[in-house]
Order: sequence, then C-alpha cells, then structure tokens
Amino acid sequence: MIWFAVLAGAAGCYAAKVAGLSVPPRVLADPRVQRVAVALPVALLAALVVTQTVTTGRTLVLDARAAGLAVAVVAALLRAPFLVIVVAATAAAALIRLVT
Amino acid sequence: MDRTSAAPADDAGWARQRHRVLRDALAVGVSTGAYGLSFGAVAATAGLSLPQASALSLLMFTGASQFALVGVIAGGGAPLAAAATATLLGARNAFYGLRLASVLGQRGPGRLLAAHLVIDESSAMATLRDDPRESRLAFWATGVAVFVLWNLATVAGAVGAGRLADPTVLGLDAAAPAAFLALLAPRLRDRGTWALTAAAAALALALTPVVPAGVPILAAALLVVAVAARRPSATGAAR
Repeated sequence: MIWFAVLAGAAGCYAAKVAGLSVPPRVLADPRVQRVAVALPVALLAALVVTQTVTTGRTLVLDARAAGLAVAVVAALLRAPFLVIVVAATAAAALIRLVT
Repeated sequence: MDRTSAAPADDAGWARQRHRVLRDALAVGVSTGAYGLSFGAVAATAGLSLPQASALSLLMFTGASQFALVGVIAGGGAPLAAAATATLLGARNAFYGLRLASVLGQRGPGRLLAAHLVIDESSAMATLRDDPRESRLAFWATGVAVFVLWNLATVAGAVGAGRLADPTVLGLDAAAPAAFLALLAPRLRDRGTWALTAAAAALALALTPVVPAGVPILAAALLVVAVAARRPSATGAAR
C-alpha cells in the first residue's frame, strides 16, 4: 500500500511540473489561481507541522516531539539554516527521552 | 545570443560566468543533499523500505512533497491521503514552470526531462539571472547537481536510520515536524500568511479526533485556501 502512495504521489507531482511548462501562461497568471498558489503550501505545511507534532493516529499526544518543535521554532526565529533547525529539534527530542 | 557575433572578450566573460554558475549549482546541490540525509532518515523511521525511499527521491523528486507523503504515512494515514497531500504541495512547481517555460524554450522530450528537474532550487537559481543563456545553464546545472546529491543522501540517510533498533530514541520522529516548520518559516511574510497558518493548524487539530488520519491535513488546507482565495486581502499581494 505504501507503494501505491509512492507511485501515485510521484505521478501527481510530475504532472504538476509538466503542466507548468505546458499550459497557456494566462491560466496560471489568473489572480485567483495565484492566490491559491501562495496560500496552498502555507496551509498544508501549517497543518503538517501541528499534526506531526501533537497527534498519533486520531489522538492528541504531548510528548518529546513538542519539545523538539519548540527548539525548532527558536532556531527558525534565529534564521538558522534548514539542517540546523532539523538537527536541533531531533537533539532536543532525544535529550527529553533520555532524561524522562 | 548570436555566437558568430560574439567577440573573444565576450567568450572569456562567458567562461567566467559559466564557472560561477556551475560553482553555485554545486554549492546548492551539496546543501540540499545534506537535507536529503534527513529525508532518508525520516522515511526509514516512518517505516518505508530503502527502495520506497529511493523511489520517492528518484521519481517524485520534490522535497516538501516527499516529507509530506512520508509524514502522512507515519501518522497512520491512508495511501490516497498521502499521495493527495504530496501532489497538492507539489502544485507550486507548476508556477515555477510558468516562469521557466520562456527561459528554457524546450519542446518535446526535452521539456519532459526538464519538467522533472523543476524544483524550488533549480527555479530560484534560473530566475535569479537575467541572461537567458546563464538562466538555462543555472537551471540544468542546479537540477542535475541536486538530483544526484539528493538521491545519494536519501540512500545514506535511510540506511543509517534503518540500522537503528528504535529511531525515536534519537528523536528522529521530531525531524519531520521540524522540517515542515523550516519550509514554512520563510513563507510567513505578512499578516495574511500568519492568519492562514493559524487557521489551518487549528482546523487540522480540531478534525484529528473525528476523521481518519491524514485527512485533517488535506481538509484543513483545502478549506482554509478556499476561504482565502475568495478574499484578496487574506494572502496579501500575489507573487
């Protein structure tokens, strides 16, 4: 079943890339389409951040991941590069698990 | 550019420019490759096999979507929800293509190959430059450098994390949310995007107990974007 997700997702992403190079520019230049283009990644990423941090399946859980995210927020506010943000969050979560 | 009319001085200038473009492309490839390590580790932690993690980096080849797909699966979401979330996040690549089409000027098979390399990094490097010849080189060089290093790093990260009996001891389950935050942070430029972020996050949490795993992400994002698209002020000026 994971293979279905991998192949269907890859096909969907490739279709988006080809569409961008192929459809008439006026379609993607439409103001409403432009607004969706800016809003969609922001909304998806925001929903992913919270669900990946405080949910397990269908239950809300507060664990070491939350501490990791708190550290990631600080790193992001300090404009740390991508990898530093991820490694700092990972280390914080590992540390919490070590001491609890 | 007409080659026959180029003076020798221009050729020397182009050689310097080309060197600079290739060096920048390699630097972007190396830093993106480092982030591929974290993708490989997150994928293995989520339970993907090495072939599955590699297939994502080879065939999907767009980082945020790959992290999203793996994240939804890790959270117990259905494969269809995972594929849909990844595709929606990958839709932004279509808008890069809009700007790249005139620069690349590819037709037929060339366009199908170029399309695969349309990602955040190659698009940024190409659209930063004014000279079409430089833009084209920046696109291909960055795309190829990132593709090669991203795929090698995915294998290294997945093999490394796969050797651990319990990756959560190292906090690797905190890597995915941190990665999403790192991708989101540069987009929070105005009050409109902050409002979108808060609304999507709150809605996703509210939906979590009542719908199957993976669905809250899609539902929250689509609802919030549907509202935002109706109100021009909500997302600020279009890019």
